[in-house]
Order: sequence, then structure tokens, then C-alpha cells
Amino acid sequence: MINIEVNGQTVQAEPNEMLLAALRRAGFKIPTFCNIEGLVPSGSCRMCVVEVEGQRALVPSCAFPVFEGMKVKTHSDRVIQARKTIIELLLADHPADCFYCERNGNCLLQEQAEELGVRSRRYAGQKSEHTIDKSSPSIVRDAEKCILCGRCVRVCEEIQTVACLDFIHRGSKTVVGTSFGEGMNISSCVNCGQCVAACPTGALVANSQVQKVIDALKNSDLHVVVQHAPAVSVSIGEEFGIPAGTDAMGVMHAAMRKLGFAKVFDTSFSADLTIMEEGTELVNRIKTGGVLPMFTSCSPGWIKFVETFYPEFMPNLSTCKSPQQMLGAVIKTFYAEKNNLDPKKIFSVSIMPCTAKKFEADRPEMGRDGYKDVDAVLTTRELAQLIRMYGLDLKNLSPEPADSPFGERSSAGKLFGASGGVMEAAVRSAFFLLTGKELAELKIEAVRGIDGAKEAHLDINGLNVGVAVVNGLGNARKLLEQIKSGERKDIQFIEVMTCPGGCVGGGGQPYGTNRDLVKARMQSLYNIDAADELRVSHKNEEVNRLYSEYLGEPNGHKSHELLHTNYDQRKPLV
Amino acid sequence: MQIKPLDKEFLTRALDSTESADPAWNEKLAVLQRKKVEKPAIYVGTGTCGLGAGAAFTLEAVKKFVKDHNIDAEIVEVGCVGLCALEPIVDVQLPGKTRIAFQKMTEDKVEKVLSAIFKGEVLQENVMGQYRVEGQEAWKDTLYIDEHPFFASQTRWVLANCGIINPGRLEEYIAHGGYVALKKVLTGMKPIEVCEEVEKSGLRGRGGGGFPTGKKWKFAHGTEDTHRYLVCNADEGDPGAFMDRAVIEGDPHRLLEGMAIAAYAIGAQKAYVYIRAEYPLAIQRLRYAIAEAKANNLLGENILGSGFSLEFVIKMGAGAFVCGEETALIHSIEGKRGMPRPRPPFPAVKGLFQHPTIINNVESLANVPGILSKGANWFNAVGTGGSKGTKVFALSGKVSRTGLVEVAMGTTLRHVIFEIGGGIAKGKAYKAVQIGGPSGGCIPESHVDIEIDYESLKTVGAMMGSGGLVVMDEDNCMVDVAKFFMDFIQRESCGKCTPCREGTRRMLEILHRITRGAKSENEQQTLERFQSIIHLEKLAEVIRDTSLCGLGQTAPNPVLSTLRWFRHEYEAHVYDRKCPAKACTDLIKYEIDPAKCKGCSLCSKGCPAQAISGTIKSPFVIDADKCVGCGACADTCRFDAIKKV
Repeated sequence: MINIEVNGQTVQAEPNEMLLAALRRAGFKIPTFCNIEGLVPSGSCRMCVVEVEGQRALVPSCAFPVFEGMKVKTHSDRVIQARKTIIELLLADHPADCFYCERNGNCLLQEQAEELGVRSRRYAGQKSEHTIDKSSPSIVRDAEKCILCGRCVRVCEEIQTVACLDFIHRGSKTVVGTSFGEGMNISSCVNCGQCVAACPTGALVANSQVQKVIDALKNSDLHVVVQHAPAVSVSIGEEFGIPAGTDAMGVMHAAMRKLGFAKVFDTSFSADLTIMEEGTELVNRIKTGGVLPMFTSCSPGWIKFVETFYPEFMPNLSTCKSPQQMLGAVIKTFYAEKNNLDPKKIFSVSIMPCTAKKFEADRPEMGRDGYKDVDAVLTTRELAQLIRMYGLDLKNLSPEPADSPFGERSSAGKLFGASGGVMEAAVRSAFFLLTGKELAELKIEAVRGIDGAKEAHLDINGLNVGVAVVNGLGNARKLLEQIKSGERKDIQFIEVMTCPGGCVGGGGQPYGTNRDLVKARMQSLYNIDAADELRVSHKNEEVNRLYSEYLGEPNGHKSHELLHTNYDQRKPLV
Repeated sequence: MQIKPLDKEFLTRALDSTESADPAWNEKLAVLQRKKVEKPAIYVGTGTCGLGAGAAFTLEAVKKFVKDHNIDAEIVEVGCVGLCALEPIVDVQLPGKTRIAFQKMTEDKVEKVLSAIFKGEVLQENVMGQYRVEGQEAWKDTLYIDEHPFFASQTRWVLANCGIINPGRLEEYIAHGGYVALKKVLTGMKPIEVCEEVEKSGLRGRGGGGFPTGKKWKFAHGTEDTHRYLVCNADEGDPGAFMDRAVIEGDPHRLLEGMAIAAYAIGAQKAYVYIRAEYPLAIQRLRYAIAEAKANNLLGENILGSGFSLEFVIKMGAGAFVCGEETALIHSIEGKRGMPRPRPPFPAVKGLFQHPTIINNVESLANVPGILSKGANWFNAVGTGGSKGTKVFALSGKVSRTGLVEVAMGTTLRHVIFEIGGGIAKGKAYKAVQIGGPSGGCIPESHVDIEIDYESLKTVGAMMGSGGLVVMDEDNCMVDVAKFFMDFIQRESCGKCTPCREGTRRMLEILHRITRGAKSENEQQTLERFQSIIHLEKLAEVIRDTSLCGLGQTAPNPVLSTLRWFRHEYEAHVYDRKCPAKACTDLIKYEIDPAKCKGCSLCSKGCPAQAISGTIKSPFVIDADKCVGCGACADTCRFDAIKKV
């Protein structure tokens, strides 16, 4: 540890760490737009500048390493004036329409303008004009609100290795855009929404379907049902001031009923269903010498990533639909038949921590007879907005259970919300499928946690199975390259989640998601699992009933028709 | 490229020493040094500046002349000798006679001038001068180049061969002592000794910053990583700068030799020349020179049997000003968008492809062979206390003789502009000189006696920069000049950091606002106009204090510098709505002097705004409200009756 002096006070810092990290740990509030924890600093926004004795100009604390005895002023008049001018410059080229912006009240630019006391438009001048790109079902991009901090560009390139967005042009004409200025729908975007989560302003937002859902709820001809993904209930509380990591499932069910949904289903149910299908598929592939390693297919961003960048791995993808689409399919078939409902009159809504799910629900193969299995997908944020709009507050509601026949779930299904959860659930059931016995220790520590790449080698009845878990597409790419080069032949089953940390870190989660929040949400899922009585998917009674009453057996004919899908190669746009 | 290697014996002998008592050897060298010819030689300056003045047509005319007159003459394309204002330049060297240079040799003059000289007759109106060579008969009554006011007081080290030798012929460079230093270094010096010698010479970076070159090289020795790169920065982007281009076009081997020595000194295995694609001729010459050097084992594998190998790569830049910044340049070579990144880590520690990288400017590297062959003390004998050697300047603007100038450090700017450059063109008064490109500053009359030196230039708010000298006269409005440079800077900002991207844009808008006329201005706009100088200063301060890279931090300099010396011009624009230099068209009016006006009506016919009225044969008048200030009337008036006010 070394000592530095900040505003006259001694602060301890790790040798060679960046000044910003030391300042924040010591409790100094330093604003920044461009900094992303864990990535090499870009130093572009200049909001984190501080005065360091001996330096001619102000230095960006995000990109300036500490040294013994350095003297720092974080809020001298010089620093404050510089930050304020930077904000004034950004505002000079920013629309003055906060009222109509999705990030109103939740915008870093707005927050800084407030904190620095900006009260007039000091630098009047021309504003850049751009058109809004609404072409993607997942993401809306409004370049006029962009402050060019570059977070989206770096997340997309460095974390996801998709590189759909980059800076275009020079000087004040600089803009973040796609190759050839194409719409996000035509670009190589995989719809993951990590750019949306990274954006400090309203330049990147999810393509909202709130109004579509409101219209459906008002329509008395429609039977409107809702399903919610495992990660949603452990995150949505944050939107209502409930401490991070609190499971708000019961009160969320209550809110959903008050909003007018006829039935509230739990996607964790179909996560259990997925395990039955995917587990069976894996066991079959291993037994019959099928294509291995097998990759999970729950994460639609990952699917599009493979289709676009690694089509040669499409046969390795499990043919199982994601839990959202499985539930969507059985709602409009099994549930419809059981309740004498016309599937076309069922409006099926899903609440997802994800923006790519909006794209997935739109895929042409996700439906039959001219209807879609899932009609609208709301992000966790959109559901929170809907709940607030109707004057509800999760803090003031009493918990309620989900509805049958898709309300029961095992905690294994619930674990799907965290990276490693699918793997853990799959291993629990695969062990049973292969041995007829339950695992002695259900918790598989090696695949848990926030690390981007995890591995385990399991001994199942003398069969050595190598499993890997990756989250973040950059980590997936690394693994794919290793497999491609023949380096990794020891792995049979791989879980891939598009977003860092898995669905709890999804692009549709509450704004301000960071590593600590992702960890808290993960922990909440682990707590649920530890306390649950039903911890394996194959013991989910409602799932078993679905098989016995309707589907037959896992991977059977009906299952293939409803619960499995196929993939299409896509051409990347540079 | 298939290139026949030079005679081994010649090469070995020449690289050891060019001095000898052997008359046959000396004769051979004299020919290669272009001191004498065996048959007539005609040299055409076909550098980019020459080509711009029509040298390609001149060259064709020269070829036609030779063919028409059945003359057995060697026609040589050479680089720029430096006097760009007098291009195209054609030299003629006849056996036994000194080489004589003719100026402004457009194609139409070729037949006349060459016919005369081949008859032994010098047409004086076309002569630039003759080169002084011992033992060759001089042309009568003809000025010597070394007495020509443009050349007389220059110290041409880097430019020594430019315009003299054939840049496409390695032997000529070698005959002038080329590659002697490389051989000396590779066979007798340790890398660290080379760094020390260069450090001792006092050579400082010629690209702008002025960091001691030897010291920079030593940084590479401090890194554990032995996979290192040398990069030559030939991304010459300042408006009005063309030093690097001229050196590469006129004497490419000097750069290559300097780079090979530098690479050896820092322990690099690969060298890049990052050169802008707008320099096709320089690239072509460089390519050929690399091939020639490789064919003769002066580059490539195991150079001169020393065990040292160097791979050479030419990387073309797409013409972004910011790519002259080291870290942006590195990104560009790596195939990424040319944007600077924060430092540390410094390129010398972690640069190109994450390996230690030393980046030097063309002129710095071109100085290296001289330092190593003649010694550090030879180099540091010239110059001032902190600035040693010479500096090449691209002299342009409102000066009589524009061109490429190389002077000893410590020469005054006044000397460069008024003696070498011949003073202000058209008898106008000097106002300022912009030194150091857009990031530099302007120097007014009161400080033009300043010596050229890294430190002294900083005291007047300017900087050495890469060597652009743009001279301004009384007709230049300094607010307009600031606007020009600001426009350049804001367009060339990479757009990465907020203050440079947004701040320069707003500064430019303010400059536009105060130079624009305001026939209708609301109260808010009036207030903004009155605040403009305060806003300019505030923005300049923040941009300087918070920008990411050197270019951003110096971006406000055009405004700060002009504000410092010409604040009164700003105030006249802002408060009086007047442009003292009468250059800002919106702020000037035209008036007809009734005493001079003959009432011919020519002006009113040519007025695009129909602002001039009158009766034939009586004085006309201009309606100031309609006048757009274009000046068409003043241009058409035959009686000099229309004046700007």
C-alpha cells in the first residue's frame, strides 16, 4: 500500500492502481461518464479530472496511476469549473427535452448538470441533427442524445466482441453508429442490450412494448397472460427502493394481477422443462455419438452470435427453445386446449431481464398457424414502469403465488437467472437420468459466481463429463476459438450466457447495474436454492403432468414440434 | 522490384571513406557527386512543388528539346532545391562547365532557354544562379547560388542533397558520404553508445515537442521487452508544412540511414514509416530507395554482415491530422481508428502492438547520419544553448520567396522572413508569422527578432512545431486567421474527448459570430457578441487544461495567441463591428469617392446586389444596406474610385 494525499487527507492506495479507484474506495465522489469497471480506461469524457501537484494540466483520474506521495485536489475551483464547462459543452449539443426522455430522472448527464449547478445554456450554437433508429425490435438509438462517452462502443467490442457500434466521422461530426449507417436490425447487433445498460443518457434505450401491453390489457377480447424470467424477481425490487438482492416474486405476482393479467406464470417452470429436454438431448448425444460439445440455447443473443459469427457451431447448439419460447408454446397449445381458449385470442406477455428476448419472440419460427407464441416482451425496467404507472408499489403489496399449470418450479429452474445456473440444474437432472439416483451434493460450487469462465469435470457413474460455463460473448468467443483450434477436447457441455453474470446482468435490468448489484442478485438466487425443498427439475410435478397429459416424453414427437427449433446462418455486416 | 546491386568493391570502399588520394577514384566520385559531367545533364525539379508549378510539362518539353536537337544528354529528375516560389527549376550542366539553374521554367520557356545555353549563351532573366565547383569553368556574369539571398545564409545539412542528387540512385547518396555512418555504427558501436552520442549532440525532436532524441532512445533500453519497434512519423499534417515531404522526395536514403541507425540504437527489429497517402511521390521514392538499400544489404537481413537485421514497412495514413499524435498513430498502424489514448503507459514502454516503440519525426531521423559520421561535437557546435543544429522551415504566406529553408538554430525569425524570404510580397507591411502549425502561435512585429530556439519561442506563446512558417501581412485579419486555424482544428479533432470535440466547435462558432455582420441582431445575440471574448478565453482555458492529447491541449492556441498580440483587432470586431484589416467581408463597406468617380456605370452593372445607382457622368453611390461587401465594384472600377471602409 502507498500513501497519497487527497484534499489534505491521507489516503491509502494500491501501487499502480488508477487514481479513480483509490479515490472512490476512500469515499470521494468523482463523476465519470466513460469509465467502465474492468476495462482499460479510455479517458474520453474528462469528467473525472483532478488536480495533481506537479502536473501542468488536470489529469483524468480514471487513467492516471497513483504514486507515493502524490497530492491530489478533487474539487478545487479549477476542477469544478472544468467539469462544469464540460457539462455545459455537452448540453450545448444535447436536446433540451428531458421531459420526454426515458432516462428522465435516471440520467447521468442530468445528474451532473444538477450537481454542478448548471442553470443556463451558456454556449448556444448549432446542434447536431440525427434520425432515431427504431429498426431493431430490441434497441432504439437516438444519436442526438449521445454524449460520445464510448461506453456502448467498448462494451460491444471489448466485452461482447460483436463490435456492432463504433465512432464514425471526426471532430464535432463524430457520431456513434453502425457499419454503413445501417439500421440496428441489419447490423451485426445481437440485441443483447449491454449498450443500453452502459449508456449514461437516453441515447440507447430498449424498444418499449409497454403501450402494446396496456392496449392488450384493455382489450376484453383478449386473454392476457404473463410469464416472468427467474432473474426478474430478484432485481425488480431495486426499482422500488427495495434493497438489492431481495426476492420480490410474491409481491410482483400481486402487482401483475392488479394490472389485469388473467394468469401469472413462472418462466422458471419452463426452465425445468428445458432441463428435461436439454438434459435428455445431452444424454442422447453422449450415448449416440452426436455432435459435441453441446451448447445451451437459452440466451438469444448467444444464438444470434453463433448464427452470425460462428455458423460452423450451429450443430453444436442444443435444439431446445429457450424457456420463454417453451412456455409461450405450451401456453398457446396445452393451456389453450385445456381451457377451451382460441390461441389467437391469448395475448402472451413475458417479463425478461433481456432485450434480445424481444428479438427472439419475433423470430418467424417461434409460433404456428399464424400466431406468435409470445406476443410482447417487457424488460424488468418496463414492468417496473408499468407498475408505477398504475399507482402500485411493490413495497405495499402482499405476496401471492403463481398460477397453475405453469406456476410450480424447482429452485434449479430459478437458478437459470445466474451464470452457471443452467449447468447446475442440468447436472442435477442429468445425473438422475443417467444413474437413477440423486446427487449427494446438489450445490456445484465450481460453476457458481460472477467469473466470466468457469469449468468443472464431473464423474457420473464412471463417465467423465467436462462442463464449462461462460458469460459475456467475449468469453464465449475465446472458448469457441480454443475448441476450433482443437485445444479443448475435454468438454462435452457448455453453458453460454450472453450477458456478464448471466441474466441477472441482462440488458433489460434496472439501470445502474454493476458488479456488486449482479453479485447481490446472484446471491439472492443462491439463497432461494438453499432454502427450497424442490431443488431438481425432474421432480417438478407440473412439468411431469405436462409430459404425461400432453407431451409424452422428453425429446418425443410432440416435444420436438413445440419445444425445439432450428437455426439460420446470418451474414455479419463487417 | 528487381534492382541490380552496386559494385561490391565500390560499395566497400565508399562506405569506409570517400576521401582518397587515388585520382581515378576521386574522378569517379566527382561524377557521382554531380560536380562534373561527361556528357550534358539536364536536371528537372520534379518534387511535388515543382509538379504543381508545371514541371511535368517542362520535363516533356526538355525531352522533346533533346530529341529535336539530337543532343546526347542525361535528363535527371531531382527533388526540390527549396525555392518553391521559382519552380519549375531546370538545371543544366555541360561538360567542363558549372551547373547552372534556371527558374520559372514553364514548358514554353524550355526551347528558348536551353537553345541559348547549349550555344553558350545565358539568358539572365531566367537564371537563378550557378553552383560553385572548383575546376569547372564558371558562367560569366552569373550569380553563384551560394550568394543568392535565399541560399546564402542557410545551413543546409538535412537538405544538403535535395534538388542536387538523383533521389532514385543510391550511388549518388553514397558518393556524398551516405551510409558511412551506418557502417561505422554497425561495425564499431554498441547500441547504447549510439544513444549517448545522439544525446550528446543535443538533437531534439523536430516534430514539435522538442524532446531530446537520444534520451528518448534510451527509454527503450529500460524495458525488459526486447521486441521493439521504430516508427518514423511522416504524417505531416500542419497546413503550410512540407519539410518531410521534400526530404523524402529529394533524399530518401538519408531518412533510411537515420532509421537504420535509430533501430539499431533502440534494438528494434522492425521499422515503420507512417506516411500520409497524400504524398504519393514521396511514397514511390521511398519504396524504391528501400528496395535499392535492400539489394545492397544496407537494410534487411544481416546488414553489412553485422548480424543486425531490420524489416521495413511503409504504412500509409488516410490523412487525419490527429494521427501525427503518437498514440493515435500507433492505433492507426494497428488498423484501429486513429484516436489518442491516455498516457501512461508511454509508447516507449508499451506502444505498437503492446511493445516498446520509439517514434521519431522525419527531420529528426534525417539528422542522425550526420551526427554519427561527423560526431556529436560537430552537430552541437551550431545552435543555441538548448537548441542544437539546424531547423528546416516551410516558409509560406505573404512572403516574397516561399520555399524550404534550413537555418542554424538561433537565427532570428526576422532574418528568415526578411533576408532569406525577401520580406513581405508586394511591398506590404509585415503583421505576424504563424509558427508551429495550428497548435503553435503567431509572432508580431515586436517579437520578430526572436531567435529560433525551443525555449525562446515558448516565451512568446508560440512553439517550434514541425516547421511551418506562414507569414501574414497588413491585409490579414488576425481574427480571420484564428478562424481559419480553428476551423482546421475542429474539423481534425478526433472527436474522442469532450473538451476538444465540443469546445473547439463552440470557439469556432463564436469566431464566426464576431466576424459576421449583423444587420439584424436581437438583444440575446448582442449580449452573446459582447460576451464572446470572455467565452473564448474560458473555453480555451478548459480545453487546454482538460483535453486528452497534445493536439487537444494546444487546440485553443490560434485564439489565445492572436488574442495575446492582437486583442485590439478582436475588440474592434466585437464592439465597433469593424475589421481593421478590412478582410472580413461582412464588416466592411464600400464607398465611391465622388471626386474620382467618372460616372461610367461599370460598377453598377457588375454589382450582384444591385446596390449601386447613379446617373451616367455623375458620381455613383452605394446603398450600404444592400451592399454585400463582395468587392466586385472595386475590382471593376478603372479609376480607383471605390474604397473599402
